[in-house]
Amino acid sequence: MKGLIDMDRVFYTLQDFMLHSKSVTYILIGGILIGLMLFWIFLAGRDEKKRTF
Amino acid sequence: MSQEIDRINKSIFTPFNIIAGTVIIAGLIVTFLRFTKGLGAVTNLDDNNPWGIWIGFDLLCGVALAAGGYVTSAACYIFGLKRYHSAVRPAILTAFLGYALVVLALHYDVGRPWRLPYPIFLSQGTTSLLFEVGLCVFLYLSVLFIEYSPAVLEWLGLKKIRDLIVRLTLVLTIFGVILSTLHQSSLGALFMIAPSKLHPLWYSNYLPVYFFISSIFAGLSMVIFEGSLAHRYFHYKMDEIHLKESKDVALGFGKAASFIMMGYVGIKLIGISIDNNWHYLTTSWGVWYLFELIGFVALPAFIYAIAAREKNLRLVRWAALISVFGVVLNRLNISIVAFNWQLPTAERYFPSWSEITISLFVVTVGIVFYRFIVTRMPIFYEHPDYQHDN
Repeated sequence: MKGLIDMDRVFYTLQDFMLHSKSVTYILIGGILIGLMLFWIFLAGRDEKKRTF
Repeated sequence: MSQEIDRINKSIFTPFNIIAGTVIIAGLIVTFLRFTKGLGAVTNLDDNNPWGIWIGFDLLCGVALAAGGYVTSAACYIFGLKRYHSAVRPAILTAFLGYALVVLALHYDVGRPWRLPYPIFLSQGTTSLLFEVGLCVFLYLSVLFIEYSPAVLEWLGLKKIRDLIVRLTLVLTIFGVILSTLHQSSLGALFMIAPSKLHPLWYSNYLPVYFFISSIFAGLSMVIFEGSLAHRYFHYKMDEIHLKESKDVALGFGKAASFIMMGYVGIKLIGISIDNNWHYLTTSWGVWYLFELIGFVALPAFIYAIAAREKNLRLVRWAALISVFGVVLNRLNISIVAFNWQLPTAERYFPSWSEITISLFVVTVGIVFYRFIVTRMPIFYEHPDYQHDN
């Protein structure tokens, strides 16, 4: 975890930089997608449920 | 006779008219100075800062906040949400006036007003992003004028032309959405040419996406904000349908804005992550960035969410006001505050009083025209001769 968020880390190659930044980004994207789903449930929580049967 | 003169004088010299009149007179004087003595006489612009608040506020904020037109008509005519129909005309009017004033404000920067049609008709700079912005704004202003014209035609009693233009609504809406997507994002893309000048927290490869997404919730928020002002000052002009639908419009738009704003916070964080710019958040610029993102995007998104759940109109309106300020702050941060962030303080830009006067003048002219139109034309009500046509 420390390696993931170490702000003083030096990247010697573009490969290293992109591996790090993309890894963090993909994890963040996963979190954001789950977060947005939960936010939608919160947002629409009190709406009238539309029943089609 | 003197009593009649007193009555007329009382009706003209209202507080609004006095303030608006003063701003307009001051604006006309500065306009004369700008076009006779040049930019240097009225602005603090220089080689380092060629764009000031006329671009940062009048153009960027004006275009973003006028996005309510395409958002509302897309919601009503493309997504089929007919319960928002009463919000379309006010939104289109605001958008039309907004874009028209953007073009007016642009004249102050570019000068030589007779040359404005040149990039469209004479010398198209097709490799330039700014050409694309100009072309899209020109086309979209035309679309908005046509979309707005039924209100004028109903007022003038020109039924045949009005009926013909109303049939074009869907085509115009689609065209409007395409053009808006293009120019809203392109305004953000303009700053991609200056990665060394714009602070890394605001600079991103995704600037076009950020500008486009933020224009959506800017438009939604502006419709809510403008609707609340209209209810306060033009309530007497509104018909039963408008009054009945207004709460639904505000709550529905607030709910949509809430979700989009949360998504926007997410993509901004992704942008920081992709460039590994987390360390900037611990600087003073980072504090300012988080102030903008959390205070003026995440916070109003939460307020919108609570308001939508509780069906609280007052809370929606507060969230709309904060969101509108947030979009203005974002555009000003990108174009002025965080632009040339590395220059020493003595070389940074701050607008002159003349520049501020012109910006106020442009906004005041817009409000005056808006008031003229809504008090005379069928914007907040359906014209009695066309009540079953819309």
